[in-house]
Amino acid sequence: MTKAMTGARMVVQALKDQGVDVVFGYPGGAVLPIYDEIFQQNDIRHILVRHEQGAVHMAEGYARSTGKVGVALVTSGPGATNAVTGLTDALMDSIPIVVLSGQVPTFMIGTDGFQEADTVGITRPCTKMNWLVKDTAKLSGTIHEAFHVARSGRHGPVLIDIPKDVQFATADYTPMQRARTEHYQPRVKGDIEAITAMVEMLETAERPIFYTGGGVINSGVAASQLLREFVDATGFPITSTLMGLGAYPASGKSWLGMLGMHGLYEANLAMHGCDLMINVGARFDDRITGRIKDFSPHSRKVHIDIDPSSINKVIRVDVPIIGDVGHVLEDALRIWKARGRKVNKEGLAKWWKQIAEWKAVNCLDYKPSTKTIKPQYALQRLEALTKGMDRYITTEVGQHQMWAAQFLGFEGPNRWMTSGGLGTMGYGLPASIGVQVAHPEALVINVAGEASWLMNMQEMGTAMQFRAPVKQFILNNERLGMVRQWQELLHGERYSHSWSESLPDFVKLAEAFGCKGLKVSDPKDLDDAIMEMIRYDGPVIFDCLVEKHENCFPMIPSGKPHNEMLLGEADTQGVIGAKGAVLV
Amino acid sequence: MSALNIKRGSTSHSAYDLRDPNAEIIESHTLAVVVDNESGVLARVIGLFSGRGYNIESLTVAETDHARHLSRITIVTTGTPEVIEQIKAQLGRMVPVHEVHDLTVEGPSVQRELALFKVAGKGEARIEALRLAEIFRAHVVDSTLESFVFEMTGTPEKIDSFAELMRPLGLKEIARTGVAALARGV
Repeated sequence: MTKAMTGARMVVQALKDQGVDVVFGYPGGAVLPIYDEIFQQNDIRHILVRHEQGAVHMAEGYARSTGKVGVALVTSGPGATNAVTGLTDALMDSIPIVVLSGQVPTFMIGTDGFQEADTVGITRPCTKMNWLVKDTAKLSGTIHEAFHVARSGRHGPVLIDIPKDVQFATADYTPMQRARTEHYQPRVKGDIEAITAMVEMLETAERPIFYTGGGVINSGVAASQLLREFVDATGFPITSTLMGLGAYPASGKSWLGMLGMHGLYEANLAMHGCDLMINVGARFDDRITGRIKDFSPHSRKVHIDIDPSSINKVIRVDVPIIGDVGHVLEDALRIWKARGRKVNKEGLAKWWKQIAEWKAVNCLDYKPSTKTIKPQYALQRLEALTKGMDRYITTEVGQHQMWAAQFLGFEGPNRWMTSGGLGTMGYGLPASIGVQVAHPEALVINVAGEASWLMNMQEMGTAMQFRAPVKQFILNNERLGMVRQWQELLHGERYSHSWSESLPDFVKLAEAFGCKGLKVSDPKDLDDAIMEMIRYDGPVIFDCLVEKHENCFPMIPSGKPHNEMLLGEADTQGVIGAKGAVLV
Repeated sequence: MSALNIKRGSTSHSAYDLRDPNAEIIESHTLAVVVDNESGVLARVIGLFSGRGYNIESLTVAETDHARHLSRITIVTTGTPEVIEQIKAQLGRMVPVHEVHDLTVEGPSVQRELALFKVAGKGEARIEALRLAEIFRAHVVDSTLESFVFEMTGTPEKIDSFAELMRPLGLKEIARTGVAALARGV
């Protein structure tokens, strides 16, 4: 039996039916009926943010750390436009979120009403799909369809724009089972012939490598388990993109570390020198490939991806396999075992010997200091003191993000939340709150730079109000570190607007928010301060004053191939040509 | 229709197209895209082309299945073989898209476009225009003492050549529908 109810009640009912336990949002005129319904129930928790961008990043952090769909609720006009950055971020990193936005009543659409914006028009290119619902009878069905789209196929953000009169009007509720979903059923099983071709290739390969990405995380925990089993059974080396960290444990024997622009020397050279590359749920992003023409020139390439448009978009591959990573790995493992678990042992032994030589270069080496805290040292200590804890890490964007990826080890999926594709400064603080809301007992640390952190620092208010004890570990170099690094390498050391003047006193700022502030500048005090941060029962703003002009290495300069990495300051003179300077 | 090679250095690029026109062979393909006829679907498809820097040479759209609310969009686009492959994959993964057919590679197809031409003139030119219209099987759908409106259906190339012939004879305006296309046979 269907039940008649108002559109606003439908929204809450549909969210409950979808298993939603928390919504991140901000009220306003065009969503008041929905807020009235939220007020009258206790099943769904509402987290009041300080800015709608924060709400969307929180929903992303929640989604990425749980594997569930994150939900944000915003009002019309500015509420919706403030959500745009978060939506684009989720689209680039394939994060499943549903954003509900209020809209002026249907009869006012197009009249430039107060707080009116063409929300579906504005968000069309930054959502996987969006809907303007003009009829209450279609509202609940559309919400269920939206959840289905967000978590099916390649995950992504969706938005539903709901005019105020649609929230007030009454209609029959469409239960989840009756919603329209049959029209969107992306293929999850890979083609068995293609999978067999991959297995044949990996049986004979002399220099194979697994190159994995965020698709493994999105496929679910089972996919990460299968990947571990496959990697460990074959003994092949494995590297991962920024988005895929944790799918294979950092302590695993085949782990080479992250690859790409600031990836590890051994990972990048192994990618360059391999004869078989198995791409599992990654998309040949430009941070990974460097110069396309010289990308892994001697390898045959297999690409497993759920999104057909990822195949041959950047790099042409020999064996494309369209399907969900988990399903494909399951089939591949079964076929490989049935064929006798063959690998080229002799070739592999030589390959690992070569990799060991590259590893011996010790590419993450840096000049230690007893006077100032090196950012790398700060992260090494953070890693040492929090290892083994129930720990989640988020980051902002820049040098600190790359150092965190290099120096922190992840043993499982869904433990690492970072803005990869879009590179959104201001992502980490709200994301950390979203993670903490999902995992109230866990240690959630946002590794930040001071400049990124300031972009959404208003959300400390949210952390305080909802008792989210997030730790803001700010590597403060008083610089836009990555911008400064590029200006040093590419623009003749002309540091145009890349330093942070008039920074707040972060300890006083913490006190102003009512949380704890810590400030450290001497390496000797670092361990005690980190322990104090961990032990404190509440949010902490940790102002870690670090070396101001440290550069992030290794680095593949833009427009260069993997085998032309810079390992340190000595390598940097005149390496980036005019062509490379055009690239970002 | 087999893949058509457009001459190198062709200027028919979208404003967003940053590719080097001399870099590779540019092909023209006719795509038939079956979509849910819902609000915003055309903007979604066009936005894909402008957002990713693809070209649209022509585009037609109308609902073709009223019972299931399906529309058929016929797009003529140009690009390198790699770009054409991407366009099809990008269209195919859109939620409201049901089918994508590349009529250029899926076998022979018929392509037709309808055009209206307004030609003004007197004396010899007027008679010559009418004579040529007959040769091209164009119909006169409006006539004054000083002008004709011709209606013609044909391939884009045929419409182009008729337009060229009409130009010196007093061609004032052309309206074209863009290409509609179907695969031949069953």
